[in-house]
Amino acid sequence: MESKPLEEILREHPFLEGFKPEHIRKMAEMALEVQFGRDQIIFREGQESGLFFLILSGKVALEVSAPGRILRVQTLEAGEELGWSSVLGEGGKHFQARSLETVRALAFEGARLRQACEQDPSFGYALMRQLLRVVAERLQATRLQLLDLYAPRAAKLI
Amino acid sequence: MSATAERILTTTRARVIAVERETHDTFTLTVAPADGAAFEPFQPGQFSMLYVFGVGELPISISGDPAEAERLVYTVRSVGQATHALVSRKPGELIGVRGPFGTSWPVKEARGKDVLIVAGGIGLAPLRPVVYHVLRNRDDYVRLILLYGARSPRDLLYRKQLAEWGRAPDTQVLVTVDYGGLSWRGHVGVVTTLFRQLRLHPAETAAFICGPEIMMRYVIRMLEARGLAPQDIHLSMERNMKCGAGFCGHCQMGPYFVCKDGPVFSYRQMQPWLDVHEL
Repeated sequence: MESKPLEEILREHPFLEGFKPEHIRKMAEMALEVQFGRDQIIFREGQESGLFFLILSGKVALEVSAPGRILRVQTLEAGEELGWSSVLGEGGKHFQARSLETVRALAFEGARLRQACEQDPSFGYALMRQLLRVVAERLQATRLQLLDLYAPRAAKLI
Repeated sequence: MSATAERILTTTRARVIAVERETHDTFTLTVAPADGAAFEPFQPGQFSMLYVFGVGELPISISGDPAEAERLVYTVRSVGQATHALVSRKPGELIGVRGPFGTSWPVKEARGKDVLIVAGGIGLAPLRPVVYHVLRNRDDYVRLILLYGARSPRDLLYRKQLAEWGRAPDTQVLVTVDYGGLSWRGHVGVVTTLFRQLRLHPAETAAFICGPEIMMRYVIRMLEARGLAPQDIHLSMERNMKCGAGFCGHCQMGPYFVCKDGPVFSYRQMQPWLDVHEL
């Protein structure tokens, strides 16, 4: 694992860009360093996993089961977030997460994050704002995926 | 008829040298002059009108190396009667070639800068000549960054070359697919998601984009958010073309004919017209 102090690691993570030092300190107090080996299932679709992750290195695939096959719909890498729904604390996971290579991450219990948000609304606003950005980006990317932009059309130029 | 019009409208016979399968529906054709005379040199981004005798004529971007003047290379997706007829040609058969036509990627103006290429689907084909040009003139450019998105792993063009280019010095090749199966261990997500892995120097970057128009609009938003100026962003547009030389008006887009004034435009030129409905 990183030899750097947790606060420094967190300060360099894009998710916490713009966070106040005291908010980063609060996150550091709740962070747990974790590592997953290649091809390990981090959580399964529908599972009640309460963990939110900030990825430090490696690659994670989000997968969805279809009859007879598993479809990979997104990959997440260093600097990205995994398991945002844990912070909301409602329902199970929307996708299965699998490490495609060795993954190092910081894990946070969703319930503790929610509690910290309620105790300190300023921290809560900063965290929820960043989460909203993540969700908005994923929504936008999903919409583009749904448009199936590269589907064949009648030939024009190209 | 003027000499210029005659040159533009005259079809040259070309002999098919090779037809290589790239994906399940896309093929690369290599042709050479059939009558001894050399082809006109082309610039990266230009296209030809290819005529399948008795079937029809199609605008197809040139996807080969501009330094190899003795042959022309085209990557064609078989999506209709004419493209199917084109990719079904056998080595030794003849097709007609007019051109090259249109504007080119401003590779000379990009000298001394990072070249960022963003391609989607078969949009990589008109950009491959830029990669050849930059790699052949490596000292003229700083970094070469290629972001390439396709529908699925089986739709990826030039897979062997992508791997080779990724090993070249100061070259970054990031490939993504919209959907992947379990055997695909690369990136999954639309091409815009690759931007999170990039560190751009906006004032020293020339961006060249080709792909579906919606994809290009989103890519432009990402580039503008990172500080690139409209004049440093270039894109290749597509519209129905017939004559290839601005005579017929089929490909008009606002004040431009895409065949003659394009297909490569700066974003500054295209900005007012990109979001216009039914243009």
